[in-house]
Amino acid sequence: MAEIKIITTDEIKTDEYLVNMGPQHPSTHGVLRLLVKLEGEIVHNVEPHVGYIHSGIEKMTEALSYPQIIHLTDRMDYLSAHMNNEAVCLCIENALQVEVPERVKYIRTIFDELQRLASHQLWWCASGMDLGALTAFFYGLRDREDILDIFEETCGARLTLNYSVPGGVMFDIHPNFQTKVKAFIKKFRKILPEYDKLLTGNIIFQNRTKGVGVLSKEDAIAYGVTGPTGRASGFSCDVRKHHPYSAYPYIKFDEKLGTDGDSFMRWKLRMDEMWESLNIIEQLIDNIPEGDIAVKMKGVIKLPEGEFYQRVETARGEFGVYIVSDGKKNPYRVKFRSPGFSNLFTINHIAKNWKIADLVAIMATFDLVIPDIDR
Amino acid sequence: MGITSKKEFEKNDFPVLDSYEGGSIILTQLDALVNWARSNSVWPLTFGTRCCAIEFMAVGASRHDMARFGYEVARATPRQADMIIISGSINYKMAPVLKRLYDQIADPKYVIAMGACAVSGGPFYYNSYSIVKGADHVIPVDVYVPGCPPRPEALLYAFLQLQKKIKSEKNFKKQLTK
Amino acid sequence: MTNEQLIEKLSAANPDAVVKQGSQYPEITVAHDKMHAFMQNLKSDASLAFDYLVCESGVDYPAFIQVVYHLESTTHQHFIVVKTTTENREIAVLDTVSDIWPTAEFHEDEIFDLLGITFTNHPHLRRLFLDETWGFPLRKDFHDDIHVVER
Repeated sequence: MAEIKIITTDEIKTDEYLVNMGPQHPSTHGVLRLLVKLEGEIVHNVEPHVGYIHSGIEKMTEALSYPQIIHLTDRMDYLSAHMNNEAVCLCIENALQVEVPERVKYIRTIFDELQRLASHQLWWCASGMDLGALTAFFYGLRDREDILDIFEETCGARLTLNYSVPGGVMFDIHPNFQTKVKAFIKKFRKILPEYDKLLTGNIIFQNRTKGVGVLSKEDAIAYGVTGPTGRASGFSCDVRKHHPYSAYPYIKFDEKLGTDGDSFMRWKLRMDEMWESLNIIEQLIDNIPEGDIAVKMKGVIKLPEGEFYQRVETARGEFGVYIVSDGKKNPYRVKFRSPGFSNLFTINHIAKNWKIADLVAIMATFDLVIPDIDR
Repeated sequence: MGITSKKEFEKNDFPVLDSYEGGSIILTQLDALVNWARSNSVWPLTFGTRCCAIEFMAVGASRHDMARFGYEVARATPRQADMIIISGSINYKMAPVLKRLYDQIADPKYVIAMGACAVSGGPFYYNSYSIVKGADHVIPVDVYVPGCPPRPEALLYAFLQLQKKIKSEKNFKKQLTK
Repeated sequence: MTNEQLIEKLSAANPDAVVKQGSQYPEITVAHDKMHAFMQNLKSDASLAFDYLVCESGVDYPAFIQVVYHLESTTHQHFIVVKTTTENREIAVLDTVSDIWPTAEFHEDEIFDLLGITFTNHPHLRRLFLDETWGFPLRKDFHDDIHVVER
């Protein structure tokens, strides 16, 4: 009988292979295709392929009038719809040197912060679902419905609000608005610690996110990563602090900065931002001044010749509107600087040599909305 | 067709399988049973491209519960799903992907086009160079839901319409009868 | 640095750069062959320190295609707009700035995709949103009868 030789080795050499994550995938938050080069489970290269929801919005704006652009911006980053609308309205108002009434500024800022809360709630529940915590999905969406009810009473829509117009807002706030918002804030202050108890303090969750996907401050600035993702690395980029607009000059709030830049820090920072939003709304809700809700603008809005750039802070980062006008009633060129575009393309730099489950955790904490990237 | 004379009725005392107008008792009951089972457990594929996907998620959440209709188990792979809810716009790069997903679903499969973009191109109908003007250019659609985005209640009504459509299907009557 | 000081310093260093007065932010137009050195200086000079490229966009004009860079400094908190143009619309070639600011790599992919400007020395220029069979949609002479329903 022949001898059976036993060979033991520590090295198992596998070949590299390419795996497609997407475009239809439950955890890519939209139609994003990630071409991942794997060796075993370790990620060697991630190449994002976008364009599966590219609609040509920037080309469409060249055939529309200025107020008509606003309903298209709703549909780009639909979770920060009001902030996108406000960015275009502010750009037009600054170009025409129109001063909106104080009431409008307060209303717009309160809606901004409510929208930020709704967006972070949806982020929280979708990320929890990505990491396997399906309960988070139901908790987050249950509480988000309260904010959507408030939106629906005043604006008529839940998601794509289309509430700001150049010169003001479309309708006055509903008489129940202030009572409902105050009741919501009281309720949500008790619910946020529940969210923390569910996920942030969970040992499995911490093992999956602490130290994973570190983005250093220099890289954040070099790649133009803004929003909570950039602030978690220490890059102070909050447009509400550095270039305040609407009612932000009148209030006091903290800009939270992190140091580590890992996934846990990004997570924690968004939870902290939710607390800050509650504080901001409380400072504004009782002090809405009386007045008009809109300034009378001309029937056909024509911007003077020139170029105008306006920045706002959406829930994902810095959103910019760049309008080139040649004096006619349609813009010559409109470019939207979307926060997701810069945030997404750091993924190759960050996710190298992590496992594929960590790639899911990193994508979850980036909070991407793909129509924002593709426009 | 139908019982026209006494002689025919005596030939076949108890018509069980033959085709008469209105159908015979066993086949219609079998049809009803199968359709009832199919319509009350249609599992959707998790497919959302644009803003309507958020309203689809809201339908799955606790306030507008889609689990009470049997639609709760949203599968990630088309091989295990029964239905695609096209929530969002489809563009020329995504259309082959959608077709491939539809082909991978096993029969019987259903499609709901949710939102103005999937129905007809929506806000992107004019002047957009890359959006397909309606998802039914790519795959056959059973129920169209208008709205931008449609309210969750509108999507629930679409589910009920789909159930009605499934319940009116005739599967066995055609196969076993002449 | 204030806007006036910025304009002074940059015009002194680059006499043939054209400065536009009276707009929202200081605007400087540089020729395309001197652009890369100018940008390198913007980043490495300690008193300027423009380390954050906010946005890079392309605009199509009848005679040329223009690329507009919005730059900000995180240390000094000043903002500047730099523009450069291609020679003409047929020869649309520019230098890349992705070695200075890595985020420019993907903005330039998008400009290549939608406007047709080729960037030299770019690590991996590819069409981001559309594929090879499409033209360049953001150009003013883009006309597509099949896919576009005009209003």
